[in-house]
Amino acid sequence: PSLYLGSISFIIGLSSPGNPKDDFQEELVIRPLHSGDIYASFQFRTVWETDFMRGNKVSHYRLFPKSLGQVISKFSVRELHISFTQGYWRTMQWGQPFQPSPPGAELWVWFQDSVTDVDGTWKELTNVLSGIFCASLNFIDSTNTVQPSASFKPLGIGNETDHRFLRYATLPREIVCTENLTPWKKLLPCGSKAGLAVLLKSEKLFHSSFHSQAVHIRPVCQDWQCKTTSWELRQTLNVVFDLHNSAQGKREWSLFKMFSRTLTEACPLASSSKIYIDITDNPQGEQFEVSPATPLLSQAVVLGDRRTFSVYDLTQQITFGTVRSLNLLIRWKSSEGDMLRPLLHAERYVAGYGLQTGEIHTLMYNNHPYRSFPVLLLDSVPWYLRLYIHTLTVTSKGKDNKPSYIHYQPSKDRLRPHLLEMLVQLPPNSVTEVTVQFERALLKWTEYTPDPNHGFYVGSSVISSLVPSIVAMDTNSTRERPLFSSFFPCKEESSYFVRVYTEPLLVNLPTPDFSMPYNVICLTCTVVAVGYGSLYNLLTRSFQIEEPSPGLAKRIANIIRKMRGVPPL
Amino acid sequence: MLTASCCYTDRRRGQLAALSIAAVVIIVGVPLWWRTTETYRAWLPVNQINELANLQLQLSADVEVVFARGTVTPEQQKKVPTQVVISLCLFCSSPLEADLSLHTLSESPCGSLVVYVIPESSTLLPEDVDVYIGQRRTALLRIGAQMRVGRTLEQLLAHLEPRIKQVLQVMSFSHTDITAALSDRVRLSPGNKESIADSMRAFKSSPGYEITFSLLNPDPKSHRVHWDIEGAVQTYIQPLLTKLAPLANFSIDSQTLYYAMLGVNPRYDSSRSAYTLNSDSLAHVINPVEARLGSNAASSNPVLNFLLYVPDAHHSPLHIHDHKKQEVLSNAFHSPRWGGIMVYNVNGFYGPEAVFPVDININMAKVMGVFLAQLRLLLGVQSSAPPPGFLVAPCSSTGLADWELDRLMWSRTVENVATATTTITSLAQLLDQIGNIVINDNIAQQVSSAVTSLQLAVAELEAGNLGFALQYSKEAILASERAFFDPSLLHLLYFPDDQKFAIYIPLFLPMCVPILLSLLKIVSEARQKRRERQAKKD
Repeated sequence: PSLYLGSISFIIGLSSPGNPKDDFQEELVIRPLHSGDIYASFQFRTVWETDFMRGNKVSHYRLFPKSLGQVISKFSVRELHISFTQGYWRTMQWGQPFQPSPPGAELWVWFQDSVTDVDGTWKELTNVLSGIFCASLNFIDSTNTVQPSASFKPLGIGNETDHRFLRYATLPREIVCTENLTPWKKLLPCGSKAGLAVLLKSEKLFHSSFHSQAVHIRPVCQDWQCKTTSWELRQTLNVVFDLHNSAQGKREWSLFKMFSRTLTEACPLASSSKIYIDITDNPQGEQFEVSPATPLLSQAVVLGDRRTFSVYDLTQQITFGTVRSLNLLIRWKSSEGDMLRPLLHAERYVAGYGLQTGEIHTLMYNNHPYRSFPVLLLDSVPWYLRLYIHTLTVTSKGKDNKPSYIHYQPSKDRLRPHLLEMLVQLPPNSVTEVTVQFERALLKWTEYTPDPNHGFYVGSSVISSLVPSIVAMDTNSTRERPLFSSFFPCKEESSYFVRVYTEPLLVNLPTPDFSMPYNVICLTCTVVAVGYGSLYNLLTRSFQIEEPSPGLAKRIANIIRKMRGVPPL
Repeated sequence: MLTASCCYTDRRRGQLAALSIAAVVIIVGVPLWWRTTETYRAWLPVNQINELANLQLQLSADVEVVFARGTVTPEQQKKVPTQVVISLCLFCSSPLEADLSLHTLSESPCGSLVVYVIPESSTLLPEDVDVYIGQRRTALLRIGAQMRVGRTLEQLLAHLEPRIKQVLQVMSFSHTDITAALSDRVRLSPGNKESIADSMRAFKSSPGYEITFSLLNPDPKSHRVHWDIEGAVQTYIQPLLTKLAPLANFSIDSQTLYYAMLGVNPRYDSSRSAYTLNSDSLAHVINPVEARLGSNAASSNPVLNFLLYVPDAHHSPLHIHDHKKQEVLSNAFHSPRWGGIMVYNVNGFYGPEAVFPVDININMAKVMGVFLAQLRLLLGVQSSAPPPGFLVAPCSSTGLADWELDRLMWSRTVENVATATTTITSLAQLLDQIGNIVINDNIAQQVSSAVTSLQLAVAELEAGNLGFALQYSKEAILASERAFFDPSLLHLLYFPDDQKFAIYIPLFLPMCVPILLSLLKIVSEARQKRRERQAKKD
């Protein structure tokens, strides 16, 4: 089954003035969450009508950042997705994010089919990217790189899906901070000088529950006929501010409270610059109020759900009002109301005791009341957890659930990780549990990290799925819709693509006492020396019977006699 | 008696046992220990490297002297039977035409020169000009009146020699050029300040350069600036780079940076109603801009930056002032070994009632003229003033005469040779000093190939084959750098000796002390026995 659908994200109102060779758009979506937290999602999109693939040397850059352009043309990259995330997205509390990402760093790249040495190019590319983003991507090597066969399909155009040209790696340990944000901001045409990017102040962004920044590069169609390609660079930044931490428990949010800045202008280079506020759960303003009010409303189907947004167009001077500054204020009136449970979510943990064996449990929840749907589970486990693949069980509702597709690549010590991909059908309203046992390997003493007792990370599992849409589920036609449109659920809206990441695992490995080698050396050397010494003595000494020595009185007498010059006794 | 002999054989056996144990330890144990703990060090051509350390460079250039009709007397002509005497271009009216027609006459390889000696009465050159330097590798030399007095050809040549030397210095290399090329590597007696400054300005020799043109627009709200950089590069820069292709690989790119500010606030000069940048403050302009420029992600070659700065609407016009408080005509300056900056004022393009943002098209011919001049300077194409009596042909369309390229190649080759030599010798020194470093076979191979290329380059320089010399010197640099920066050299660099001893002592001390003691005892006993025997004899 083809599980790929390109539309993870949504674009509203693509306006193209004239015929520019490149185009830049920026937008911010704010969604007040039921927990009282607030979710802000920035997206910056640069589209450039050029072709890196046809061998012609592209070297004159305007809005597209030069450093990334050079990377694309030098390494023949067809698609590049990189994300840096601090914190874990709580799906059950917050719903689905617009752009999912696992904790730590994630990088997946499709190379063009002209690349001959994919592994070498991948190694060089990770080193260059690590320089561009000031991240430890240079720690990506063959031991944490996999080639998923089904889970990561190209999101841009092109029908090449040979997974020999795909590389996927995660670094769950990566810590994301200011030094990663600064180079990310530098890629924007307006930098952090104008437009929405002025809000991106690191002291506020990193004082949050969740922070994720990403760069996605892919070829897209230039127009509806899709005769020529453009390159699209999407920079996204998602952040969730905590009610208690950032707002001191008051259910009131403003741009200034979130980012300690207000907006005064759009980026002059942007063809569109908009702020959307998700007011779906608040149609009559009974939950929260938004000020200043805006007459502009927009509807979009996001992640299978029809949402309504208030729109603030920053390119219009009227948005900023008389004070020439926009400080959106969202004030909650009641803390009631409940969030719709996400249809798919997953969690993972390690079970077992002791330092020899253990068991990985992955739980996948299908919360749909009556539809079952298939999911693709991708697990990449480092080689030092030796999976016993014969212990793999998949159960849902107490019964064995046989996966219809399993792709398993065993690990090689110090060379490559385990790769396990499965297509599992999730029955409606159920929990599906995947368990597999493993044995912990002993590492060489140089392979331990500087803090080995902290544990070793195992990257998140990735669950990709086409989930039945809520819009299609919505059979009570209370919404105002033309009657002719509501009989059969629309095809495009009947399911949507979603990717869910589980928690990364932290596994303790048997850790030696690191002074042990020297202790062992000393001990064995002492034992050897004692054994050798006695053997040596036995071999080289000669033993003879000695006459008993004279008594003490006799010796003293002899000394006295010697002094007197008389011969001894 | 019986006990004594038993005692003696027992002792004998003990001694033999101790000796054989010592023998086993020395013959088997020590080599085993040595082989298992030694670091792998491949063979390096140390002697050849040491020879390189005090290298004598000898440069030779082929100079062909051609005498035109009327410059040699018949008896002089007889002595040189192989010499072809040409009557040149009777109908040429200007030296430029003569130069071109002579070029078609004989194609000279790079690094060589052809000097045509023309009669004193020739009207080809203007009155006060003795030497004309063409665009190719040719020069016209007017023979002086006093030079004709010599009877023989040798005398004539001796008369011509100082002039030809001067021509050679202009067209190929002079002592100061070579000194400047070596100044980074070799400590020489300080020359004059001018030449040092010249040598500091040009980029160091490298197998490739990245040229980046950046348009800085600090005020995109007011100015929408367009530049046709693609066309300008094709028209103005590419011909020069094509000509320079034997020297290095060049790659060109461009970018537009918005909200990029200069590091200093220009001062308002009310008398001129313009903003000014003093020459003292220019040094601080670059730093904040440089953070935005970004390094080249795809290569590690040095980057030549050319910035075109369009001042924002509130700080226009902006002029650069020199030390004498005069406006710099080009409104540009360059930074040694970094690049150039040009300020492009656009306030003249629109009136006070204009609606922002204003669309502005940049006059690329004006900009590229400045950048091209800066590029020549930064690449080290020196246009030092010729000696009196010399006339240099105007620049051709490529922006670079053949002999200028030759000059550059001479100094670059010398510089490459010097760089590669220092790299190789310092690597050899380092490896010699630190015994812990592992030398893999591939490093040894790189070092050997660098040494071979260096020797070849020096030999070719001596033979006057400039093209080959440059090629070999580039190879030498590449190989030497690859060897020097190989990461495998670092693996065991910091393995301290005290850790080794900490591991060895617990095993070796208790094993070796008994062996040593018993050996000492055996020796002393043997000595005593000999003494006793001697005493008995006496």
